[in-house]
Amino acid sequence: MHAFIQYIQSYLDSNQTPGAAGNVFWAFIYILLVFVGLSVAVIAMNWLERKILAHMQVRLGPMRVGPHGLLQPIADALKLLIKEDIMPAEADGFVFWVAPFIVVLAAFTVFVVVPFGPTHAITDMNIGILFMLGVSSLSVLGIVMAGWASNSHYPLIGALRSSAQMVSYEVAMGLAVVSAILMTSLNEQGTGTLSMIGIVQAQQTQGMWFIFKFFPLGLIAFFIFAVAMIAETNRAPFDLPEAESELTAGFHTEYSGFRWSLFFLAEYSAMIAVSSIAVTLWLGGWLRPFPNFLTGPTWDLVFSLFPGFTFLFLAGMCFYSTARMPKHPLFRIQTMGLAGFGAALALIGLVLFHPQVRLRIEDIYWFCAKVAAFMYLYIWYRGTFPRYRFDQLMKVGWKILLPMGLGVLILTATVGLWPLIKQTIWHP
Amino acid sequence: MTDPNTLSPLDLETPEKPFLDANELVINMGPQHPATHGVLRVILRLDGEKVLGLECVIGYLHRGVEKIAENRTYTMFNPYVDRMDYVAAVSNGLGYCEAVEKLLSVEAPPRAQYIRVILTELNRIASHQLWLGTHALDIGAITPLFYTFRDREEILKIFEKYCGARLTTHAFRIGGLQYEAYDGFEKDVKNFLLFFAPKIDEYEELLTTNRIWLERTKKVGIISGKDCIALGVTGPVLRASGVKWDIRKAQPYANYKNFDFEIPTGQNGDTYDRYLVRMAEMRQSLRIIQQAVDGIPEGPIIAKVPKVIKPPVGEIYHSIEAPKGELGYFIVSDGSTQPYRVRVRPPSFVNLQALDVMCRGQLVADVIAVIGTLDIVLGEVDR
Amino acid sequence: MAPVATPFFFYLLSGTMLIGGILVITRKNAVHSALALIVTLLAQAAIYLMLYAPFVAGVQIILYAGGIMVLFLFVIMLVSIERTMKERQFNKQWLVGIAAAGALGGLFMAVYTKGKGIFPEHALPTAEAQNTQAVGSLLYGQYMFAFEIASLLLLVAIIGAVVMAKKRI
Repeated sequence: MHAFIQYIQSYLDSNQTPGAAGNVFWAFIYILLVFVGLSVAVIAMNWLERKILAHMQVRLGPMRVGPHGLLQPIADALKLLIKEDIMPAEADGFVFWVAPFIVVLAAFTVFVVVPFGPTHAITDMNIGILFMLGVSSLSVLGIVMAGWASNSHYPLIGALRSSAQMVSYEVAMGLAVVSAILMTSLNEQGTGTLSMIGIVQAQQTQGMWFIFKFFPLGLIAFFIFAVAMIAETNRAPFDLPEAESELTAGFHTEYSGFRWSLFFLAEYSAMIAVSSIAVTLWLGGWLRPFPNFLTGPTWDLVFSLFPGFTFLFLAGMCFYSTARMPKHPLFRIQTMGLAGFGAALALIGLVLFHPQVRLRIEDIYWFCAKVAAFMYLYIWYRGTFPRYRFDQLMKVGWKILLPMGLGVLILTATVGLWPLIKQTIWHP
Repeated sequence: MTDPNTLSPLDLETPEKPFLDANELVINMGPQHPATHGVLRVILRLDGEKVLGLECVIGYLHRGVEKIAENRTYTMFNPYVDRMDYVAAVSNGLGYCEAVEKLLSVEAPPRAQYIRVILTELNRIASHQLWLGTHALDIGAITPLFYTFRDREEILKIFEKYCGARLTTHAFRIGGLQYEAYDGFEKDVKNFLLFFAPKIDEYEELLTTNRIWLERTKKVGIISGKDCIALGVTGPVLRASGVKWDIRKAQPYANYKNFDFEIPTGQNGDTYDRYLVRMAEMRQSLRIIQQAVDGIPEGPIIAKVPKVIKPPVGEIYHSIEAPKGELGYFIVSDGSTQPYRVRVRPPSFVNLQALDVMCRGQLVADVIAVIGTLDIVLGEVDR
Repeated sequence: MAPVATPFFFYLLSGTMLIGGILVITRKNAVHSALALIVTLLAQAAIYLMLYAPFVAGVQIILYAGGIMVLFLFVIMLVSIERTMKERQFNKQWLVGIAAAGALGGLFMAVYTKGKGIFPEHALPTAEAQNTQAVGSLLYGQYMFAFEIASLLLLVAIIGAVVMAKKRI
């Protein structure tokens, strides 16, 4: 027992990721945590998207299952699980079966290297960003296989669109990423890094998020990535592969029940994954806002109180809604549930105020907050924009984003090497 | 008018050979498809995503409305016409009542005509709202649908208060109206005018200058005025191609000559122009309603019409400008209480012919946009 | 940290690769062949990882498994399966093929047995952290010219493909 406590203590004191420490047990715990956290995030995202979109569109959204429809995603998940699993008679059985798993595997595996904090990552790879781009590009395979195996025209066209779109936008995306990686090499040794943790640390030592570096070059690279990542995840306004008004549901038209829900899960976790890349590369990852301007212990304290206050705020919203629930006996259980949910949130918020927890959790909080901002943008785009046509989508990718990416890359390299260039020109 | 014989043959030459001898893909869109606005079935021949040609298969909603007319009296048939273009039921009723009135040589009293104009123009706005919402939804913008439905509700409320029905209103009777306008009718209509004028700006704010909207609608589904006339296309589609043809002006009926309004036209005949024309038409409708509601005269609401309607032997063709185009009724009377033959010229059915011309050489996504921009209602196409 | 490069993983991955390779040539359905090829390529990437070459492994995944194989599938999907199913699986050159394969195997065996002195007894323990940087500086330093020549070759291929595909330029 004592050894066990010591084991935990040794982890809490360590300043390494479980992967780097070679600690299989903690790595396993982390994988479990990330997996569960991701599933919860997808469920929450499902509810939030429907609610936010509904309020943008002058409706209420889900209201029936649980208070304010809070249990709706769970009801949906249950419905999908017990739904009949239909496989078209002419489908290619094995490929049809394996496609959703490939998509989910690709979407979840990338989280191995996502740095939620300097020590809060499953592992840190020397090729971190390359690994993320590579593995997330594997999900195209699953989509293509799904579309082909369904043996039906709409899914096939959806799969063709999807793969063409993802392969095209990967190019622009890669160029934007490379220009950010170039910025990591601006130190005395002149050695950059591909490691996700290393990239954030480079921003820390350079005292600047890369979005502001070489203004406006970093911003443009970030913009290119932000557009390309929406196209990569097949979301509005680039949701052509699943454009329901044209191709019914695109590559997953023939899927139903549990397998369909796997595609759904993969889509949302892919959204979180690409947002994590953007946050890591340009928005300083786990670093809190203004680490250089607002320094000192007071500011540190203020920023470390944010997580607790966020949860308290959410709890307050719950209590406010509880007070506004209809005073009818039929609503008693719902009202109690909402109050209980608020109490749970408040409890979490109070725990987060404890200094030990606070310092440990702060970086995770800032990372998640930045990712959440991207998630909101995704919903906002969906409520605002019409859908691009396929040729226009390709035009945007190849004729606008790609040249812009190349230009930014060359300019970043030039500006980064400017001292050296100046030296060779003026003092040969 | 141009002589139809001098028109150029339509641009329907054989499509170019598919690229690399790839097998052309035949896709069956509908009758159950999210973007076909009912049970329209379109068989698309594709080269990749390019449309080589298409064929419409219709008749899934055929209810034999014209045949039913032969077994009903003139009065009994009146509610049936509402079921054709069910989003513009008031216009259908107006066309039918006026045709029978013409056959009977009676005219509705002025008060009835004013109320008819108000309701018909309100219905035009409702129909255009439904078109805008679904058209934008087809192109991927989901939000306008909810905005237009929110505002359409106000019109439907007025209908409900007036005649008890929201959709298939059966608002008019042969010879005038059955119901007097309810207390506060004018106030409701005036309130709606005030409420709705800024809402059009709201729709336009979301779409008119939206980059993606422009790219999706400009130069998509182009049809020339000549082709429109050759195919018999009418309504906003024709006007967007630059032909200034509106039956309300050309062959005024129902007192329209007393109202001051403009016919909005476009130049390019593309989807964007059709969008602009319809948006402008909503504004013009507001203008007409304003004039009508300001000048409703007092008086009877129904002309002296016999209890049993027995028109003299003869035939009549009467057409009105429905929201979707020219809606015509051809009625043959054999002197009995039932029409010998009723033939409807529905705008959607005729406009649908242009789909092939407008879609050739475009992409699959454009077919969706064009179906939306034609603004067809399958109830009217199949009857 | 315990090394992952154990014989167990080596045999597992090589076995996967071999099975994948055999499936590639024996499957009648071209899409199944392509999928087997992807498995082979991924196992190969894992072997690179075992050899402490993470950069090569990453590039293998991005380029081969993620990029090229998608294009492969893209083309294969559009080919009618009914037609390929009717075609004969193997042509009549299998004798030549076996001879060539045997010769290649013999060459490998000969190199392995005769040249044992050339290979080091154990793999050089390269620091993982430096691998990517080393590849980069070699590629853009010493082998700059070869690198550029290779990209020129690719450019020629791209232009050729465009010329072939486009009817009029």
